[in-house]
Amino acid sequence: MTDRTDAARTEETAPEPPRRDLAQLGLAAALAVVGLVTVYDASQLGVGFADPVGPRVFPYVVGGGLVVVAVLLAVITLRGDVPEGEGGEDVDLTQGADWVTVAKLVAVLLVTIATVDLLGWAVTGGILFAGACWALGSQTLIRDVIVGVVLAVASWYGFFVGLGIPLTPGILDGIL
Amino acid sequence: MDSAGLLLDGLAAAATPENLMYAALGVLLGTFVGVLPGIGPAMAVALLLPATYALEPTQAFIMFAGIYYGGMYGGSTTSILLNTPGESASVMTAIEGNKMAKSGRAAQALATAAIGSFVAGTIGTLLVVFFAPPLADVAVGIGAPSYFAIMVLALVMTAAVLGASVVRGLAALFTGLTIGLVGLDLNTGQPRLSFGSTHLADRLNIVVVAVGIFALGEALWVAAHLRRTPLQIIPVGRPWMGRDDLRRSWGPWLRGTALGFPFGAIPAGGAEIPTFLSYVTERKLAKGREFGEGAIEGVAGPEAANNASAAGMFVPLLALGIPVTATASVMLAALTNYGIQPGPQLLDEQSDLVWTLLASLLIGNTLLLVLNLPLAPLWARLLRIPRPQLYAGILFFACLGAYATNQDPFDIGLLLAFGLLGLAMRRFGLPVLPLILGVILGPLMEGELREALTISGGDLSGLVDEPLAVVVYGLIALLLVVPRLVRRRVVDEPAARDEELVS
Repeated sequence: MTDRTDAARTEETAPEPPRRDLAQLGLAAALAVVGLVTVYDASQLGVGFADPVGPRVFPYVVGGGLVVVAVLLAVITLRGDVPEGEGGEDVDLTQGADWVTVAKLVAVLLVTIATVDLLGWAVTGGILFAGACWALGSQTLIRDVIVGVVLAVASWYGFFVGLGIPLTPGILDGIL
Repeated sequence: MDSAGLLLDGLAAAATPENLMYAALGVLLGTFVGVLPGIGPAMAVALLLPATYALEPTQAFIMFAGIYYGGMYGGSTTSILLNTPGESASVMTAIEGNKMAKSGRAAQALATAAIGSFVAGTIGTLLVVFFAPPLADVAVGIGAPSYFAIMVLALVMTAAVLGASVVRGLAALFTGLTIGLVGLDLNTGQPRLSFGSTHLADRLNIVVVAVGIFALGEALWVAAHLRRTPLQIIPVGRPWMGRDDLRRSWGPWLRGTALGFPFGAIPAGGAEIPTFLSYVTERKLAKGREFGEGAIEGVAGPEAANNASAAGMFVPLLALGIPVTATASVMLAALTNYGIQPGPQLLDEQSDLVWTLLASLLIGNTLLLVLNLPLAPLWARLLRIPRPQLYAGILFFACLGAYATNQDPFDIGLLLAFGLLGLAMRRFGLPVLPLILGVILGPLMEGELREALTISGGDLSGLVDEPLAVVVYGLIALLLVVPRLVRRRVVDEPAARDEELVS
């Protein structure tokens, strides 16, 4: 609904060519690919006897539906339908998106995945917290590292003592 | 035994000192996480699920009840003090609540929200007690075709009827259904969409999916659009209300409860519609007095509607095993984690657990009021946590939760994948609710579909050979036509209000 009022306002002030969100075509393409993969994957399944429906029918419907929706999405995108990004307490949609920060956060998570078995949760968790603070533009790195280490070690002991779940100790095996 | 007697037994079981401690812990944790900006009740429940892993089911559910109501209450605090509601259910509370706060009546706004939540939550839970068992009795008799139809109804409602864009709703729904396909086919044991990975063949951990979409997706989306100018936060003392505030609040509380409960029990997107209806009703009844400048009725009504609808969602969840909100989906996932099969038999087979859960909802609701009125100033200070540390913390706990379940880095990878999906959904305006319902209901639907068609020998008429199923399909057809007219009015109303405010 905001789309509509926005469009009305821009028409009043200055006539602009209709906006298009071409990135949305990428989303439509991705949905179509997932739909096709789903259909293909289902076609490879064997159908057991005494099962008139079998494991294929539902994925066929879901994958087919996804392809149809992808086509519809592409059509409305080309007709100038623009998505409305989700608002929130800390979200400022008036400025452009800052994808560098997002990329940094993804990198921090990838480091977490790569190191958690080797270094253990108590170390990797600390890196994760401090790294995420850094990615989000924190100026107090030393404090973040201290907070991160405290959080990580405390959560390790919390899970071990409180819930009886020993998280991977990693290189701190025997120390914790 | 009748429902009242069973509820009293449940209260007795829930009221041991140890269980009360878990309830209080749940309320505190839930409020803590719910107050944090950017976290709604569904995300609070998903993030805190790992904390209940090592507990017995009963204790876990007692803690859960506390977390649930705590998270709901935390959301209203944020919208009153910040005027930027994190979720659709709090939008209406924020309108008058923040105006009250700005004119120095934050304490009264928080008080009417807290007491209204208590009143609505208590009445709502008692209504669940009296509605769920008869519904379950009826539901035991209905077969696979009707179940399938009811699930289609829930999905059509959330994806195609309620959202702003039908295409986006359906895109989210089918994505969710696809995610639900991943893993071994239950009948033939063949892996689907697993690409040779044993991790994927094992079925996705629903908690990882939910935390990825809700928590990580939100954190990444906020990171892309982080507000660089600090929000204005209104200082607040201990909530209290005078005699006049109370006189003006009790009507809206009861009307809000009456509106909220039925909407919570049907798949109507949770509290969005009833809070809106409650706001409009109160504005009409108050004849415009103070509305737009901070009228206490405008906080009391929608907050009550919000909590009553939160209680109402337990009716379909407990009686049918069908979740109708995002939070209910996460709860259902938690139930399944304990090996509990939701459905109409639940009230018979796990009777103790269900009644203890309902009793804990009442206890959690009371504890919420007792703990949070004095603690409100403390909660308000949480809003001042610097944003980099806040979102780093969310990331930290999201990863911890995903990792702790199986201690497998693969789960953090899944978390990241679903986080990126959540980010894309927020960027492209795809609604989250149809997706998460698709993930949960997809496998259940397929089961009912195959059962229905096996009975009929593969004939499609097997889907409509129960009267109830036919009625539900008729209802779906009706729903696809009527709301087009209703929505036009719902869209016009806020526009009209905006104009009033401007003039």
